[in-house]
This record gives sequence, structure tokens and C-alpha cells, in this order.
Amino acid sequence: MLAAIRRFFEARDVLEVETPLLCPATGTDPQLDFFSSQFNSPPNRPTLFLQTSPEFAMKRLLAAGSGSIYQVCKAFRNGEAGRYHNPEFTILEWYRVGYDLRQLMAEVAELLQQLLQSFSAELPTKQISYQQLFLDSTGLDPLIFCVSDYQTYAVANSLPEANELCGNDHALWLDFIFSHRVQQMMDKDTIYLLHGYPAIQSSLARLNVDDSRISERFEVFINGVELGNGFYELADPLEQEARFDQEIAYRLSHGLPGVAKDDAFLQALKFGLPDCSGVAIGLDRLLMIALGSASISDVLAFPVARV
Amino acid sequence: MATFSTNEFKGGLKIMLDNDPCSIIENEFVKPGKGQAFNRVRIRNLKTGRVIERTFKSGDTVEGADVVDKEMQYLYSDGEFWHFMVPDTFEQYQADKNAVSDAIKWLKEQDVCTMTLWNDSPLSVTPPNFVELTITETDPGLKGDTSGGGGKPATLESGAVVRVPLFVQIGEVIKVDTRTGEYVSRVKE
Repeated sequence: MLAAIRRFFEARDVLEVETPLLCPATGTDPQLDFFSSQFNSPPNRPTLFLQTSPEFAMKRLLAAGSGSIYQVCKAFRNGEAGRYHNPEFTILEWYRVGYDLRQLMAEVAELLQQLLQSFSAELPTKQISYQQLFLDSTGLDPLIFCVSDYQTYAVANSLPEANELCGNDHALWLDFIFSHRVQQMMDKDTIYLLHGYPAIQSSLARLNVDDSRISERFEVFINGVELGNGFYELADPLEQEARFDQEIAYRLSHGLPGVAKDDAFLQALKFGLPDCSGVAIGLDRLLMIALGSASISDVLAFPVARV
Repeated sequence: MATFSTNEFKGGLKIMLDNDPCSIIENEFVKPGKGQAFNRVRIRNLKTGRVIERTFKSGDTVEGADVVDKEMQYLYSDGEFWHFMVPDTFEQYQADKNAVSDAIKWLKEQDVCTMTLWNDSPLSVTPPNFVELTITETDPGLKGDTSGGGGKPATLESGAVVRVPLFVQIGEVIKVDTRTGEYVSRVKE
């Protein structure tokens, strides 16, 4: 699979890069927990983090004029272990300078087709907006937050705990219903390219210029399994810093470990990130799908329970 | 009672849910790449035996249930309660019909069962996997009957009815698997 990935990008003139796994700063996303370590560098012992994704470092390269780049590396997320999660996993992340989201989505589909073709018959691709899929599957509009509708749906679909769990949190309701019902309802053996994620779940994506309720973000699913996430990358350093500050404030108010903003990354944005789109794909999960495995531990030599 | 965080969830853990003691059967970690993590749990209500699915936000805590299993000897039934005793301490427990439920038909005095206690009161009774019981009623066998083919119902001293081979007679002791309710063999006295 790795050889096929390298052939794919070589043919497209995308440069392979390597960036540090140990970083002085990490993402502020309150949903991601990280590993940290102490670097013995007398007289100080600065904290270094194991990256949760190579995004910031790769964007610094892009700002420095690298052109389109890709990387296959390990990413680390603390506290994540389960059927589809291992705290250390392999990511394929790439950035296309000058691409908008549609072009990148097409490339993702092409890559997945190529990687999976030796394992199964060709998979059909389905491009659909988050809103449409949500509507089709549940009858609920994810962009309009009407708590009572959401509650009624949850109770009627044997999710009685939803109300207590999600309360008035729109993003949480969406995560809950999406992961418990919508994902299960996707067609089998189909590559889903789901675009137009709600702005409240935008992360590092730009907002849509015509409709500020949605962001320029997409996700890839096969058989209900989330494989990857792509953005039309946010390049505005002020907007980026504001989102960092928001997330750091959220972390503080929820008793999560504090993190520092990645200043080098913000500097790079100020210098100028070229217009680009980027995506990260979880290769362990892709291998699961290729092999029809039920658990991520089936495709790892030493899953976390056995290291 | 102790509380448990979702990251301590695993099969067999006993927790309180909706005021009933429950046992976790399966715990699945569900997390969107950019969103809230959940624990989707399959759980058995130990009072009713029903299995339900329930989701928790990862990191949330729930109250543990004081549920323990104890080996006990079945003593007798007074019609309303079934009496059991812990062999080493002679401590006695009385279980009602709800707690004994399906185990009733396998209970034989002096057999050792597993009693599940919740806050020290009987919640359920599991009979031994194999019991040896005397046949009290069955059709007489005919000459030429062999072990192959067919079978007939037989009522046992405890009240259970199982299918036995044709050659087995009233008064004989047989071994039965209580999990499947199937005849295993005759027992030589």
C-alpha cells in the first residue's frame, strides 16, 4: 500500500516530506488529547508534544514555498483506543497548492480507487453534502438547530439518553446523531465524499463564501468508517488565532490541559500560506477496509494492548 | 460505592443505570475525528435480564453497583422463598421467585449454585452447569430400543422436563446441561 501511495504521488509530482513528530506546540482542538514529554536540554526541560497530526509543520513548509507536498507518518492521540482507534496510528497527509475542495475530493477518490483495486471490485463514489445526507437519513436539518426536533428524533430512534447528554449543544447533537445513526445508514462498499460540514465543526477550514453556515471541509467514509478529513485551508492568521484563542478558552473552562498557540505556525500564516487544500487519511483504517477486518488491532503488528 | 470513568469500562463491570444494577457486555469507543468522543455500551440489566444499548460521553463517570457472585448451597423451599447457605460461614439467604426464576426447575437440595447479590440481597441464581437428577416420570422403554434416533420426554425430580433417549427408565439418575437443557448421560449409582 505504501509503495502504491508513493507511485501515485510521484506520478503527480508531489514532493514527499518529513517533519518532526516531537513538537514544541500542538493543536488546541479541545477534542484531542495529546502525549507530552520533557526534553532534557539544560538548564531547561521544555515540554515537547507528540504530534496529533503533521498539519502545522506541513503548512510552515507550504508557506515557505514548498509547493504541493505529502507525508506518511505516525500521529498520536492520547486516550483513544477501541475498535477503530489506536493511540498511535499512521496518517497520510497531503496538500495541493492551488486546489479547491472539489479538485482535492476528486483526487482522494482516485487515490482510494487505486489503493483498493487490488482488494475488491471498483467502489462507486458518492459525493453528497453533509446537510443532504443528514436530511436523507434522519429528516433533520443539521444547519438549523431545533432542539425539540432533535429530541423527538432521538426518542423515536431508541436514543433516549441523547437529551441528557447533548443538552443545548448543537455540535454535540450533530456528533451524536451522526455517529450513532447516519454513519450506520451509509451504503456499503461505497466511497462517500461528504462536503459542506456545518461551520460549528469547521476546525481549520475556511467558511463558505456564499453560506456562512457551512465550511469548506469534507470527510471520506467507506462502510460507515471515517477515513479522512480535508479542508480548503484557512489562511487568515487573525481568524486562525481567534479560533485558537476560542479553543484555549474552552479548554480552560472545561478543566482540560492548557496548551500554547503554535507561534511558528501563526508566523508562517502571517508570512502567507498559498491557497491550498489538504487532507489526511488514516492508513490503518484503510487497510482494515481493504482486508475486511473488524478491528484496527487486526492490521497492527502490536496494537496498544500488546506493546 | 465507587464510581467508574468511561475509560475503565470493560466487559463484566457492574454499574448502576436508571437505579438498576447492570453489567457491561461490550464497550465501544466512538469518536469522530473532529468531535466529541462517546462510549457506546451494550449493557445487561441484572434485574430484568434485558440487554440495552446506551451511550456515555467519554470521560463521564457512573456509579458502580455493589454486585457480587457467591457460591451457595441450596437448602429448601418453603413455597414462597428459596433458601440458600454459604457453606463456609453458614450465612443464609432467602431468594424470592423473581431472583430464582428459571433456575427453579434445576434446583436440587444440597447442590451448589452461584448466587448474585446486589447490596447483599439476592438478585439472581445460576444453577451449576451440570446437574444430576432422578427421573420421576417417563414412558416405559420397549425392547430393542437403542441410543440412536428419537427420544422421549422425561420429568425430573426438580420438575424440569428434558428429552432423553428411549432406553432411559424411571428411577434412573441422569446428567443434564442446565445451560441448554439437554440430556448428557446416565449416571451410574
